[in-house]
Amino acid sequence: MSATPVLALRGVSKRFGAVQALTDVELEVHAGEVVALVGDNGAGKSTLVKTIAGVHPIDEGSIEWEGREVSINRPQDAQHLGVATVYQDLALCDNLDVVGNLFLGRELLRFGSLDEVAMEQRSRELLDTLSIRIPSVRIPIASLSGGQRQVVAIARALIGEPKVVILDEPTAALGVEQTAQVLDLVERLRERGLGVILISHNMADVMAVADNVHVLRLGRNNGTFEVKTTTNEEIIAAITGATDNAVTRRRARNPEAAK
Amino acid sequence: MSSDKTTVDTTKAGTAVDAPPAAIPVVDPRLLVREQGFRGYWTEFVRRVKGGELGSMPVIGALIIIFIVFQVANDRFLSANNISNVGYYLAGTGMLSIGLVFVLLLGEIDLSVASVSGLASAIFAVFTTTHGMNMWLAVLLTVLIGVVIGAFHGFFLAKVGVPAFVVTLAGFLGWNGLMLWLLRKTGSLSIADKGPIHLVDQTSFFMGSDIAGAYILATVGVAVLLIGSLVDQARRRKAGVPFRPTSEIILRTVLLAIVSYAIAALLNNANGVPNALVLFLVVLVIGDFVVRRTTFGRKVFALGGSLEASRRAGISVPAIQMAVFAIAGGFAALGGLFIAGQTQTANSQAGSGNLLMLAIAAAVIGGTSLFGGRGSIWSALIGGLVIQSIQTGLDLLNMDTSIQYMITGAVLLAAVIIDSVSRRTQRTSGRA
Ligand SMILES: Nc1ncnc2c1ncn2[C@@H]1O[C@H](COP(=O)(O)OP(=O)(O)OP(=O)(O)O)[C@@H](O)[C@H]1O
Ligand SMILES: [Mg+2]
Repeated sequence: MSATPVLALRGVSKRFGAVQALTDVELEVHAGEVVALVGDNGAGKSTLVKTIAGVHPIDEGSIEWEGREVSINRPQDAQHLGVATVYQDLALCDNLDVVGNLFLGRELLRFGSLDEVAMEQRSRELLDTLSIRIPSVRIPIASLSGGQRQVVAIARALIGEPKVVILDEPTAALGVEQTAQVLDLVERLRERGLGVILISHNMADVMAVADNVHVLRLGRNNGTFEVKTTTNEEIIAAITGATDNAVTRRRARNPEAAK
Repeated sequence: MSSDKTTVDTTKAGTAVDAPPAAIPVVDPRLLVREQGFRGYWTEFVRRVKGGELGSMPVIGALIIIFIVFQVANDRFLSANNISNVGYYLAGTGMLSIGLVFVLLLGEIDLSVASVSGLASAIFAVFTTTHGMNMWLAVLLTVLIGVVIGAFHGFFLAKVGVPAFVVTLAGFLGWNGLMLWLLRKTGSLSIADKGPIHLVDQTSFFMGSDIAGAYILATVGVAVLLIGSLVDQARRRKAGVPFRPTSEIILRTVLLAIVSYAIAALLNNANGVPNALVLFLVVLVIGDFVVRRTTFGRKVFALGGSLEASRRAGISVPAIQMAVFAIAGGFAALGGLFIAGQTQTANSQAGSGNLLMLAIAAAVIGGTSLFGGRGSIWSALIGGLVIQSIQTGLDLLNMDTSIQYMITGAVLLAAVIIDSVSRRTQRTSGRA
C-alpha cells in the first residue's frame, strides 16, 4: 500500500442553510484499499460522497489528490481526477436507454458521430460481468426494476478510467447473487489497485470486503477501525455513539436472534 | 495514462473487471421478441399501442381524416397544385418548429420564435433594401442575430434561473416591438426577389421544374435509407448485437419508396418540388443527425430526462441550455426569411397572428413531448404537414380568420391531450 493516499479529505465541513451536515471530517483512501463509510441515517455519508464527487462543493477544509491539494467544484472536476461515483439515488436519465445511460457524458465516437454498435457491445459485456439480466440494453431505464437500475448505475462507474470508485449503498436493492457479484467486484477493483469507498448499512458486507471502516456520526468522524482487529460490536457502538444502544439491548433481550 | 496497475483498461471495459461471466442466456426469456414474419409486426403494433407508444400513429390517422374531410368539402384539395402549396408553405413554419423541437426535448418552451422570425425579416429588409447589403451576407447576419437573441434567452434560463416560459414571453413582446420600431416609418419594406430570397419564392422549383428533379430526390431518399440500414445491419451482425431483420428493412424501404414516388409524381403534375421544401428537407436530415447521432443531441435528451443526472454525468447544463435556445433563435430567424420570401416583403404583421401556435402545434402533433426527453426532428415535418393541410384547406374554403383560429386552437389542444395521455399510459406501463 502506497504512503500517500490517492484521496484525502482534511477538515472538510459542509453546511446546508441551518444544517451543519459535515464538521471537520477527515478521510484517507489509498490505492488498493477498500474504505467502508458507515453511520446512521442522516449521518452525512451521502453528503460526504457528494462533496468528493463535486455535486456539493465543500465550505471549509481541503481535498488532496495524490498528495496535491485540489479544488472540486463541479462533477467534471472529480471525473477528470478519476473519481467515479455510484449515487444512492442512482442519478440516471429515465428516458434514455441502458446504453445511453452507461455512456452518458463519455460517449464513444466513430467519425465524429455516436458509435452505437460499439457502445451496445461493451454495455452487454459489462452487464454480463455483473450477472444482471436485463431484457434488452435498448429499453428505457424507466422500465427496469430497482435492482436492475442499480446495477446499471454501478456499471456506469466502471466505464472510463477511475482511480477511486465510490459506491453509495450499492447493494441496497440487489438480490443475493447480484450482491455477491458487487462484493466480488469491489475486491477485483482493489486487486487492480483502485481505491474504493463503500457505503453500506450491512455490517456483514462491510466486514467481508473492507480494509478500514470509518464511522460518521452526526456529521463528524467517530472513529476509524481496521477490520482485522475490530469486532462488529465496537463499530456498532461507534455508529450509535454508545455501548448501550438499541442493537445491544435487542441482542440482550433475545440472544438467539443475535446471530 | 501510464500502464501501471492502477489503471483500468478502458479499451475493454467489459473485461476490465476480469469477472468470469456467468452463463447467461443472451436473450432474456421474458423479453417479448417479435414473431417471425409479417404477423409479428401486427402483434408488436398492438402491444405498442396498448403501452402508450403511439409514435406517429395519431398523426397519420389525423392526416387521413383531414384529407378526406377537405376533399369532400372541396375537390381541389388533393389536386397537385394544392398539395404543392402545402409543401411550399409548410417550410417556413416548419423551420420554427425544428428549433422548437430542440427546446421541447429539453422540457422547456420558447414563446418568442414567431416574434423573432418577424424581427428577422425586418432586419433582413433593412440590411438589403435600406442599406443595399449583399443578400447572402445579410442572410448570414440575420440568422446570426437570431442565434444571439436565442442565446440571450438561454442565458437568463441557464445562468439566472428565470423560467424559459417567462423569458421568452418577454421576448415575444419585446422582439415584436423592435420589429415594429424598425418598420415604423413605412409599415413594410419590400425585399428584392433574387438570390436567397428567390430561392424560397413560390416560383422557384428544384432543377427548374424538370420532371427528373422530383424522382431524383425520391431516389436519393430511398437509397440513403436502404444503404444506411444495410450498412448498419452488417456492422451490428459483425459485432454480435441485435440487428434489424432484412424483412423489416425491406418493408420500411418499400413503404418510403411508395410514399416518396407517389408524392414526386403528384408534385410533377404541378411544377415539381418547391425549392423551399427541398431546403427544409435538407435541414431536417441534418437536424435529425445532430439530435440522434451526436453527443450534443444525446446531451439534449439527457437534460430532458433529468437535469440533476445530467449534471452529475459531467454535462455542462447551462452550456447545453444556451446552445439549444440559440438554435431555436437561429431557426426562428431562418423561418422568418422563408416566410418573407413568400411575399418578398417584411411587413409589420410578420410573426403575429397564430404563427407561434402553429409552430408549437406542429412540433407537438408530430410527436415531440412537451414534457421533455422524447421526440424527433421529423415531428416538424409530420406535424407541419397536418397543420399546413388544415390551413390550406381552410383557405380553400374561404374560412374566416376567426374560424381558423378556433380550429388551430382545438388542434393544438388535441395534440397536447394525446401527448399527456400517452405519457400517462407510458408511466403506468413503466416507460416514462
Ligand atoms: N441538499 C440538501 N439540502 C439540505 N440538507 C441536506 C441536503 N442533503 C443532505 N442534507 C442533510 O444533511 C444530513 C446528512 O444527510 P446524508 O444524505 O448525507 O445522510 P446519509 O448518511 O447518507 O444517510 P442515509 O444512510 O439515510 O443515506 C441530513 O440531516 C440531511 O437532512
Ligand atoms: Mg445516504
